[in-house]
Amino acid sequence: MISVEGLHKQFGSLEVLKGIDQHIEKGEVVVVIGPSGSGKSTFLRCLNLLETPTKGRIVFEGIDLTDPQHNVDLTRQKMGMVFQQFNLFPHLTVLKNLTMAPLKLKKMNKAEAEAEAHRLLGQVGLSDKAEAFPVQLSGGQKQRVAIARALMLHPDVMLFDEPTSALDPEMVGEVLTVMKSLADAGMTMVVVTHEMGFAKEVATRVLFMDEGVVMEEGTPDQIFGNPQNPRTKLFLSKVL
Amino acid sequence: MRAESSSARFLFARLLSKKTSKLGIFPAGGRLFKDVNSAMSEFFQSIGTALYNTLIVQDRWFSLLHGLGITLIITLAAIVLGTLLGIIFCLLKLSKNKFLRGIAHVYIEVIRGTPTVVQLLLIYYGIFGSVDLNKILVAIIAFGINSGAYVAEIIRAGILSVDHGQMEAGRSLGLGYWPTMFTIILPQAVKNILPTYTSEFIVLLKETSIVGYIALVDLTKAGDQIRSDTFDAYTPLIIVALLYLCMTLTLAKIFGILERRLRKSDIR
Repeated sequence: MISVEGLHKQFGSLEVLKGIDQHIEKGEVVVVIGPSGSGKSTFLRCLNLLETPTKGRIVFEGIDLTDPQHNVDLTRQKMGMVFQQFNLFPHLTVLKNLTMAPLKLKKMNKAEAEAEAHRLLGQVGLSDKAEAFPVQLSGGQKQRVAIARALMLHPDVMLFDEPTSALDPEMVGEVLTVMKSLADAGMTMVVVTHEMGFAKEVATRVLFMDEGVVMEEGTPDQIFGNPQNPRTKLFLSKVL
Repeated sequence: MRAESSSARFLFARLLSKKTSKLGIFPAGGRLFKDVNSAMSEFFQSIGTALYNTLIVQDRWFSLLHGLGITLIITLAAIVLGTLLGIIFCLLKLSKNKFLRGIAHVYIEVIRGTPTVVQLLLIYYGIFGSVDLNKILVAIIAFGINSGAYVAEIIRAGILSVDHGQMEAGRSLGLGYWPTMFTIILPQAVKNILPTYTSEFIVLLKETSIVGYIALVDLTKAGDQIRSDTFDAYTPLIIVALLYLCMTLTLAKIFGILERRLRKSDIR
């Protein structure tokens, strides 16, 4: 589904990604872990071209996204993105946060969009918040709305950039539950997170990143049970 | 004609002084009453005379009203033009194209860095010097161009105040740059810029008082003409000042209501 070939990303003289090759299959839940500054968020943001790769190719469903001829807006409609800081639109109600993109892109009419929005809000357990403004929600509720918003266009893959890092501890669970049910329903997911419990339980594959490369990858059992790379061992000994 | 006008003045003054004695602040009888009453009646009589000279004689109220209309027309049209120019030049200044950014930069710096009067005179005697263009139109163009530079910077500050994550969220939903800018960034920017924009509107309204330089009779000029006709500086100019104050207070009130409406989404 997503092929990453020789991905490099430089910010000025700082080389953040130093050559990443990955292949993500449909239905996989890939969890990316690693110390801060390891380049894992940059890797995720390169997947939907929020960051432009300096070098290398990203091929999504047979289309080379790094081709300058390609219209990235079309591809982004098939990739949902959830941010650490939620990034809900504060001037719109929850319902309008969800229906805005499908209506603007003329993917649905108003009735369809609102029906779909209500269905998704029910799915994330926020049916009663459709008319609320983002400022009236808790962090966990905001992030669940953000997930529902990203699902509106029925994406083929969901990208999560540290979705629970900005939450109070007691709200982490509700967000992870929604993500787990999404994974159980067969959604392809790439998740950057510090939630090792989630990685162990939900991931089909874990990538350990450090210094701009994937140092080690494998099933959760391999990575958490029997890590091979000394950097992986050191990192896990600090966080577990 | 002359007798008629002086008897009318007498009636007008009488009317005012009668009103004050009716207020009953000083009860009838006693020396004090007589002294104060006559002093007050003299005072109000002189105000009455001044008002009469300023407003009634030669239908001067009409020239004030006409000037007020000119001031309002120039201000309203110029703020519309200035806002349009402001949006355009603000987006140019935020553009990735170096050339477009350069144009916006030069426009903003030149307009902000030179006196409005000089700009007005240059546009009137210079650019439109050989064309017979309506003076009001010239003033609208001059003030529109002037205000555009300030509005551009006000809007730019508003756009920059919106969190960068908003643009990323819009883009990651598959919306293009411009649709995201117009449906997500600008509505939030508008809320942030409203107080400063109100100030710019008020400044513009007051600044139009220099159109006398191109011989347009706006509110200020009309008041000043009455001053030179009547040799009374206070009455016409205070009336003019009060009229400006009424307009600016009304503007502030309207924008205050608008701002409260836009803040609806901030209520917890």
